[in-house]
Amino acid sequence: MLDDISRSILRYLQNDPTLAIPELADRVNLTAAQATRRLDKLTEEGIIKGQEAQINWEALGFTVQVSLRITLDKTATRAFDEFQAAAREIAEVLEIQTFLGRVDVRLSLVARDLNHYQQVYREQILTLPHIADIEALMTVSEVKRAEVLPI
Amino acid sequence: MMLDNLDRAILRVLTQDATKTASALGRLLGLSQPATWRRIKRLQYAGVLTGRRLVLDAEKLGFGVTVFLGVKLATKGRVSLEDFERAVSAIPEIQTVEHVLGLYDYRLRVVARDLADFERVLRRRIMTLPGVGDVEANVLLSEERLSGPI
Repeated sequence: MLDDISRSILRYLQNDPTLAIPELADRVNLTAAQATRRLDKLTEEGIIKGQEAQINWEALGFTVQVSLRITLDKTATRAFDEFQAAAREIAEVLEIQTFLGRVDVRLSLVARDLNHYQQVYREQILTLPHIADIEALMTVSEVKRAEVLPI
Repeated sequence: MMLDNLDRAILRVLTQDATKTASALGRLLGLSQPATWRRIKRLQYAGVLTGRRLVLDAEKLGFGVTVFLGVKLATKGRVSLEDFERAVSAIPEIQTVEHVLGLYDYRLRVVARDLADFERVLRRRIMTLPGVGDVEANVLLSEERLSGPI
């Protein structure tokens, strides 16, 4: 398991991934070379998987964000695979998640406006294979988005 | 903001690997370093590129369970919404809080070490929040992120 210093490094980096190494090293009382070694090790061990840029879809004109909760027809043996493969082809889909629970799959998608959403919903979502039931949740606002782990 | 094909290519690369430098990105796309840098800056100023996320392996760090919770508030009204949002956002195990329209009022993403740890968070921290009514839990099995309409 990780020691306290590595934990601190991950905490600082989660809050600000752009933190320069000398600054990071300073905060955890290491030299820059020591901090670099720790970061390399965390990356080698697969604990740090990388950094992703985040896109604000609203700034690109996608004002509608919808979460579709889908129940699949599980009598079809390849329902999950076939559904996921087809959902991957829809440009507006941002996330595909599968669950254990009342909901089988969730799609998160964006659309320019409600007309566009309706068009995507009718032409691309409803034609996906093996859907038994769909519920839509429309995002009103994001209150918190800090996908940080409480390390 | 209107994007051209080069902007789109830049966004696609950066959403996979935000650590790519302007010169590495430029080489990939056949652009000069300054031209690439200007495009990245423009995307930042327009608010399209908002920041970066450090991607960690949650399981290797001991977080084996992610649960999505649909929460319905028992009592509605402006004051209780704000109280609920403030209290729920302060819980470290809760990664995202979305106010939604539909079957539930809020959608929460919760990380926990295991199901027993999740139960502890649910009982001690979430069920005790002001105004919480019905809660539905779905345990995440797999997740993929796509590049979206760019």
